Amino acid sequence: MTAELGAFSLVLALVFSLAQAVLSAAGRVTGAQAFRRAGEGAALAAFLAVAAAFLALTAAFVSSDFSIAYVANNSHTDKPLIYKIAGVWGGHEGSLLLWCLALTGYGAAVALFGERLPRNLKSLTVASQGVLGVLFIGFAVFASNAFLRLPTPPVEGRSLNPLLQDPALALHPPFLYAGYVGLSVPFSLAVAALIEGRIDAAWARWVRPWTLAAWSLLTVGITLGAFWAYYELGWGGWWAWDPVENASFMPWLASAALLHSAVVTEKRGALPGWTVFLALLAFSFSMLGAFLVRSGILTSVHAFAVDPTRGVILVGIMLAAAGAGFGLFAWRVPNLAPGGVFAPISREASLVLNNLFLAVAAAVVFVGTLFPLLFEALHKTISIGPPYFNLTFAPLMGAALLVLPAGPLLAWKRADLKGVWQRLMLAAALAAGAAILTLALHAPIAVFAAIGVGLGVWVAVGALLEAAQRVRLFKAPLAESLRRVGGLPRGSWGMTLAHLGLGLFVMGAAYETAYRVEAAEVLAPGGSLRLGAYVLTLDSVVGVAGPNYSAERARISVTRANGAPVCKAEPERRYYPVNRQQTSEVGLCFKGLNDLYVVAGDARALPNGTEGRLIRAYWNPWVRLIFLGPLLMAIGGALSLSDRRLRLAAAQRAAPVTAEARA
Amino acid sequence: MKAARALILACAAALCLAAASDPAERLPDAAQEAHARELFRQIRCVVCQSESIDESEADLARDLRRTVREQVAAGRSDAEIKQFLTTRYGEFILLKPPFSGATLVLWLLPAALLAGAVGVLLAQARRRTPAEAALSPEEEARLRALTAANGPEMASTSSHDGAEDDPRVT
Repeated sequence: MTAELGAFSLVLALVFSLAQAVLSAAGRVTGAQAFRRAGEGAALAAFLAVAAAFLALTAAFVSSDFSIAYVANNSHTDKPLIYKIAGVWGGHEGSLLLWCLALTGYGAAVALFGERLPRNLKSLTVASQGVLGVLFIGFAVFASNAFLRLPTPPVEGRSLNPLLQDPALALHPPFLYAGYVGLSVPFSLAVAALIEGRIDAAWARWVRPWTLAAWSLLTVGITLGAFWAYYELGWGGWWAWDPVENASFMPWLASAALLHSAVVTEKRGALPGWTVFLALLAFSFSMLGAFLVRSGILTSVHAFAVDPTRGVILVGIMLAAAGAGFGLFAWRVPNLAPGGVFAPISREASLVLNNLFLAVAAAVVFVGTLFPLLFEALHKTISIGPPYFNLTFAPLMGAALLVLPAGPLLAWKRADLKGVWQRLMLAAALAAGAAILTLALHAPIAVFAAIGVGLGVWVAVGALLEAAQRVRLFKAPLAESLRRVGGLPRGSWGMTLAHLGLGLFVMGAAYETAYRVEAAEVLAPGGSLRLGAYVLTLDSVVGVAGPNYSAERARISVTRANGAPVCKAEPERRYYPVNRQQTSEVGLCFKGLNDLYVVAGDARALPNGTEGRLIRAYWNPWVRLIFLGPLLMAIGGALSLSDRRLRLAAAQRAAPVTAEARA
Repeated sequence: MKAARALILACAAALCLAAASDPAERLPDAAQEAHARELFRQIRCVVCQSESIDESEADLARDLRRTVREQVAAGRSDAEIKQFLTTRYGEFILLKPPFSGATLVLWLLPAALLAGAVGVLLAQARRRTPAEAALSPEEEARLRALTAANGPEMASTSSHDGAEDDPRVT
């Protein structure tokens, strides 16, 4: 019954989405309030219907209903409950359903919380969300239905890929998809504004909170994925410039650029065309990401779902939606009013530079990801790996980081560079000091690592200095500074946190990549190996039975060279009989910002005939910064989102202020 | 497509350990070993996806590592080793695409985009500045009226004023 209820709800959602699109558009054309309201009601109904379908599928997973093909392919009765639930989005059909849930959820959110939007803009935005809903729910119903029954249900399911049975990866898709699809709202707002022919400060103010929410969720999603790769794949890598990683990075870069350009449009009315373009681009990249990952066109470590016919439909949806958006843009943009003017040295100019670097970086990732496909179509092959991105992406980001701390200190319209430089001298001195120290303290000289650490310190200290100057720290009495901490808008604290997080991330990434230490030996129980300042001793190897796997656990004592105990690491080598697959669980020791990372390998015979285990160990210095930095960025985004100025609409906010001022 | 799925699962099943650190494969000379490891990171495990032979546990990656280590030990240059690999496996094996022919686009694109964007910005700035920098007589009159009515605080550029007061916007 659950499968039929789910399938029915999904068809119902398709009908509601269609009604949402048609009624909202009719509301805009006729101006009839009844149509507008009905369209918004349909948006809410579409969300509830998809939610019902999603719950039905979840129920089928929890009760292990293997008469449903999708459940039989992705679940197993022995799986722990959390991975049964995570199995809902572990495959193609279910992840599409998650996408539709987010899409209709955002549509309903616009209908519910958009009461201060101009009526026409709102109706068109809801209509555009409805059209997107029709495209994706239609795809789910007709070409990718998660509720299809099997003629002869198997007794047991095929289970989820063991690599995916992990807490970080269970949460990775919901965050990632909430971020991807959150960008549909800026897209729809852009489409609506282009049809209305008016891009103004109020519009930019409306784009910002949705972009902030989507960008923050995307940041968390990507970080969870990187963290998963770091400890699950067993060699400590957290970013490989894999096409699937790039697919999530492109919308992130575009939405980061959009966040900044929307500020310029909101505060100064400048760059309206560019902001609209980015709003269209960000969600187009999201759809491209979904296509790249879900079509299986790039067979990569991550592409767990493969199906070419669906790929063709997905590319059709992507081209239809993005093509309509950019077509409107090409038609309308020549008529847009030009934005405000600003001098070459101004906050606007610094944000333009930020957008320039982010946009070119996104283009580099785009070309680097799709070029091999183009080559393949011409029957040639080419690899574009980390060395390419290190040579192209890294310098662009370096330039962006160099400009970053100056941006928030510059005044709008026309600024004084000399004053800004005086306020940033401390950051520059500390950055140079950190770079020189990095060079001096490490034996193999790594110039790029030193530059990276220096840039990270420059950005992080620059962000802190800017905040300190806002609260007049040490310039005013401490009580006055503390009062100012509470009085400043949350948006500016959000910016400080996000920039600080970026600086910390850059420091960690540069330092860890250059100075990680590695050791590997075949050890019998009692044997030890040396890793930098530490000694790792294999105490014993024991068998462990998990809920749906059996494992060998290596018990390893970590001590200092003088024998002082440091910690215990217990890496496992797991075997999942259902999938006939072996995975490795890393043993981690936290040492402040650093990780001691231990992996148990296969059994090997030692020269003296006894059986040993291959033990690999890594010292990953500052690796925690790589994950804490982005987390701080996401928290900064959430903090900005809670800012009153973003929650309340322009008219509502401006009125009482001017009334007081005149009284 | 069944084959592709099988390939992916096989790759996922072969644990992605940094296989190159295996003590059984190491070269006795530490400097040569370090140099070989550096080369490994630039060479693709051609049967795996997005993995260098430094990371992959696949049999082919192991064979390639042995070949590279042998050639490093024999004192051949990086260029010779890469040449040897590309004649056998094609340019696909190099994670860094070559700088030639069709890949020129790839390498020149970032610089070309940056230059183009800067050009557009400069052209726009030159075209717009003279016309819009000065206020029209009506705007000047309005500005005088506003500053007279509201006092000096209107001159500040805090976030509380901004685009909504700008006559060009809306």
